Amino acid sequence: MTKAVIAVVGRDAVGIIAKVSNICAECKVNILDISQTVLHDYFSMIMIVDITAINLPFPDFVDRMNALGQENGLQIHTMHENIFNSMHRI
Amino acid sequence: MFDTSDILETISMIRDEKLDIRTITMGISLFDCRDENDARLAEKIYEKIVRHAEKLVETGSEIEKIYGIPIIHRRVAVTPISLVAGGATKDGMVNIARALDRAAKNIGINFIGGYGALVQKGFTAGSRTLIESIPEALSSTERVCSSVNVASTKTGINMDAVVRMGQIVKETAAATANSGSIGCAKLVIFANVPDDNPFMAGAFHGCGEPETVINVGVSGPGVVSSAIRRAGECDLTALAEVIKKTAFKITRVGQLVAREASERLNVPFGIVDLSLAPTPEIGDSVAGILEEMGLEKCGGAGSTAALAMLNDAVKKGGVMASSHVGGLSGAFIPVSEDALMIERAQEGVLSIEKLEAMTAVCSVGLDMIAVPGDTTAEVISGVIADEISIGVINNKTTAVRLIPAVGYHEGEMVDFGGLLGRAPVMSLRTSSPAKFLRRGGRIPAPIHSLRN
Repeated sequence: MTKAVIAVVGRDAVGIIAKVSNICAECKVNILDISQTVLHDYFSMIMIVDITAINLPFPDFVDRMNALGQENGLQIHTMHENIFNSMHRI
Repeated sequence: MFDTSDILETISMIRDEKLDIRTITMGISLFDCRDENDARLAEKIYEKIVRHAEKLVETGSEIEKIYGIPIIHRRVAVTPISLVAGGATKDGMVNIARALDRAAKNIGINFIGGYGALVQKGFTAGSRTLIESIPEALSSTERVCSSVNVASTKTGINMDAVVRMGQIVKETAAATANSGSIGCAKLVIFANVPDDNPFMAGAFHGCGEPETVINVGVSGPGVVSSAIRRAGECDLTALAEVIKKTAFKITRVGQLVAREASERLNVPFGIVDLSLAPTPEIGDSVAGILEEMGLEKCGGAGSTAALAMLNDAVKKGGVMASSHVGGLSGAFIPVSEDALMIERAQEGVLSIEKLEAMTAVCSVGLDMIAVPGDTTAEVISGVIADEISIGVINNKTTAVRLIPAVGYHEGEMVDFGGLLGRAPVMSLRTSSPAKFLRRGGRIPAPIHSLRN
């Protein structure tokens, strides 16, 4: 299984998770885990997803998430799991 | 599964603390381009670089996107041109520089390194011609970088080369006088030059390197500064641990990117260079790290000790994180590319003499320092000789990249624009070493026992 992390930060609004999940579903990206908090109107979410069956090149998926972030005033970081494995595991 | 705090730490390193991969540099051997006809040689060189590196920029962008880590530069380093173009005329050499420039432009990179010569023991006809051509080559191209190795611990110092390079620096400054003498920012004079350095302006593809290779330079002064700030009041042993752990994480990213680039381009992985390279951006400063460690101002008393500890801890942390470490590997202190160094130099706290002392404990040397335009070639050669001897005696790489900016005086600011930053013109002592230099010859290689 190949995984990626989608981290979303921004002002809280209705439907943020729905919008991110929608793109995941369209791209055949399976959500494995979500953790989210709202602190002082600020929304932060970390989503772990399975990109094994993704139906477009991963960089294009990153572009779609970036576009979504720009449209909604959110910072969305979409990153392949290997960067976390490299930095935090020996 | 991942730990949330690890994920947030990585994202904040990239977003807030300016962690990035400074450069993916592809080394390309040009030995098989040899040709007795200068024009044909230049054409073959152009063609080979474009053929091997045409996907470099695109590949870098893909990796950048997949891992969400900025990769600032993609660059190419080639076999020193003096070795490939041994029989060329001066015009032929300049023509090759232009071919390198065109190739760099075609594949979309901002610098290409390797217009250089290795003359630590003496000149060949080819290296002499190349050195003579440097002012014209650097003034008639935009992206070509030049380096000349004038000394090594094994051979000693070629003082004839030191003398000539002082003059070449002046001639290059004059040839690019209308743009702040920017040519000198693309010319480095080395001792003990490494064969696999991915950083410009000193990168070239050494003789023992494979046909092509991928070397990666990591960065992250901002990340180290922040980690030290978070560590708060702790003793220096604990601080060294903090720096080591941070360097480990930074280097692991470098290793990941290097491996990925090597696989995608089908080019062997060479090394990761563990350098802390500052940028003119606020918060991405090596001087900032030293001040975060506890100095009131970088350049004051304690600077050399703090830098020595920083440099050593970065290496210790980084070495374990990468399968192959090489290049320059240490903290850089290029004045014009470090916002806080610029400030301290303007305040008069940071002097060239202190910088020289600091280069004894870090990579790489007197780097990107603007000096008055009327500085004589002899004084520049004297500065080169001083800095180079630090490298030769201490068995390390040192280098000089001085910019005697034509028309500028002490205290003024030379603006090179972009990543080369802006440099305050610093004062140099003007007493002449001319008689010492006129003696010429070689300073013998140092003894390596009886060390003191």
